[in-house]
Amino acid sequence: MSSRNKILAAVKANQFSYAELPDLKMLNTLTDTGDNLVERYTAVGTAGGSFVYEVADYDAIKAILQKEFKPGVKIISGVPELDEYTNVEDVKHELSHSFADVELCILPSNLGVAENGALWLTEQQMTVRVLPFIAQHLAIVINKDNLVPTMVQAYQTIGDAKYGYGAFISGPSKTADIEQSLVIGAHGPRSLSVFILP
Amino acid sequence: MSSTATKDHAELAAIFNRDEPRVDWHDETLWWVRAKRDIAAQKLPEWELLRETASQIKNNVLSNLSSYLEQFEANAIKNGAIVHWAANAEEHNQIIHKLLSERGINRMVKSKSMLTEECHLNEFLAQRGVDVIDSDLGERIVQLAGEPPSHIVLPCIHKKKEEIGDIFHEHLGSAKGESDPKILTETARQHLREVFLTRRAALTGVNFAIAETGEFVICTNEGNADMGAHLAEIHIASMGMEKIIPERKHLGVFLRLLTRSATGQPITTYSSHFAKPQDGKEVHIVIVDNGRSIQLGREDFRNSLKCIRCGACMNTCPVYRKSGGHSYHTAVAGPIGSILAPNLDMKKYADLPFASTLCGSCSNVCPVKIDIHDQLYKWRQVIVQAGYTPTAKTIAMKGMAFTLASPALYRAAGKMGRLTFKYAPFAVNNGANPWYKHREMPKAPEQSFGEWYAKRKEQKK
Repeated sequence: MSSRNKILAAVKANQFSYAELPDLKMLNTLTDTGDNLVERYTAVGTAGGSFVYEVADYDAIKAILQKEFKPGVKIISGVPELDEYTNVEDVKHELSHSFADVELCILPSNLGVAENGALWLTEQQMTVRVLPFIAQHLAIVINKDNLVPTMVQAYQTIGDAKYGYGAFISGPSKTADIEQSLVIGAHGPRSLSVFILP
Repeated sequence: MSSTATKDHAELAAIFNRDEPRVDWHDETLWWVRAKRDIAAQKLPEWELLRETASQIKNNVLSNLSSYLEQFEANAIKNGAIVHWAANAEEHNQIIHKLLSERGINRMVKSKSMLTEECHLNEFLAQRGVDVIDSDLGERIVQLAGEPPSHIVLPCIHKKKEEIGDIFHEHLGSAKGESDPKILTETARQHLREVFLTRRAALTGVNFAIAETGEFVICTNEGNADMGAHLAEIHIASMGMEKIIPERKHLGVFLRLLTRSATGQPITTYSSHFAKPQDGKEVHIVIVDNGRSIQLGREDFRNSLKCIRCGACMNTCPVYRKSGGHSYHTAVAGPIGSILAPNLDMKKYADLPFASTLCGSCSNVCPVKIDIHDQLYKWRQVIVQAGYTPTAKTIAMKGMAFTLASPALYRAAGKMGRLTFKYAPFAVNNGANPWYKHREMPKAPEQSFGEWYAKRKEQKK
């Protein structure tokens, strides 16, 4: 007998009588559905090490990026409105490894979570999976209507969507492994800027 | 580990306890993490129901695990992953070695996986000429130090920054005497980014595997699992078979609990959902039993399989905080490790269920409500009945049983004890008495209750 069948037989023999899944209704009614999502997202995201900007339009985002990043650095954009940078579609054929010197990667998200500052991105928005991890800095653009209070509503929004890969990203890459002192910029982006559009 | 293999928890804790300021620092650091957990938990009014729900979901998983495993496998295959099954650590290691050797790969980058620690994968591959680099910063530090992790979430919590500076100076070329965490982390960043860019194979653990969709979720703060997996040609994910959860929406329960319990953060920086391989790349999932199906059959202990590896029970444990992770001489230390390890090898880990005060703090913080301290107590009985207690304890217990069985002997022994405490306390308050080593000896009363009662009756007459 293969290990697979041996393991499954052993599990079957040892598992106890069927226990029902709990009903999530009660939990979900107790779970926060409150408002002021932008304010709360901003507070939690900032505490998690992100720079959160509430902006009026794409021009405002451009102005901030021009101030923060020197001209000439490698910037890849997956946001169609931010088109003065290299478009991610034009470089997706390149090896993932060639993105190690990307200074800034800008991507859109359609789902943000106020309780923990997390932003949901799938492969569709990333185009190349490694981009939001390998870039030195990351910026994510989200519409304020796409913010939800908690992970409960986040998974309700995701539903049974099909994706090859997706990630919640809630801040810059960080570690506290040395004496519990927080250091921003472990292996991935040294900063996360979140732009919230009206 | 070889030098510590024959020492038990108390002996290893005694070594850790030689440096008292360090013990205090270790104790306080972990308590600080525990306090952060409390603050995060108290922010959610539904916290207790969230714990109860998570516990019930895991209960359902364990009661129906064989079906869920088959469902997960079928969906993962549909997604384009290749699924392997390993009955034990040896088979797990062989599967991975074969995957690498078939592709001519002799260097691999690995993100945190306590399962591979449990299986001693690094040693197995090293003996076969495969170099493994751990990419979680804490794990890389202990790997360079030639030590196992001492905590499942904070692998090098026992190390001071000056020691880490010395290790980095020796292995990564940082300046001598440099101990600034920022500079040391930057040194590791440069070193590990080079590793990520040059490794063809990446191994990761699995935090949650979703039966409904065949995807698996990995949580990190550093982004190391993603850097490794997305840059490699082959991504191997090792998962203990209890990592299954039924549906994607259940992540909305577990991801809210995991990091709040672990470090007090509302979520990890990255919660990555791997469903399909990237174009032209391979994903292999290794589902590991290694004693888990046996534990499932132990009614008193099966709940231990609900564990989501947050480490909260370690941070809160007064024994763990003061004895250090290495004193548990097993991959998963602390209270949860002490109820998991005896299942794997009751004789080798017979000491661990005794490394507890049974205060119950572990059970109170557990996000999936495992009855950890009850299980510690139950393991003690199983271990004693199986005859695996240390000889000294067995003799002492037998002596006590003999004395307690005879009223005359009991009275004589009591009197002798009181006289000793009164006139010769040095005879018991010394290092030769193992009881004294762990406790202050009490002040002996002038008389026993029996004597007092008899005298009182006498006076009343």
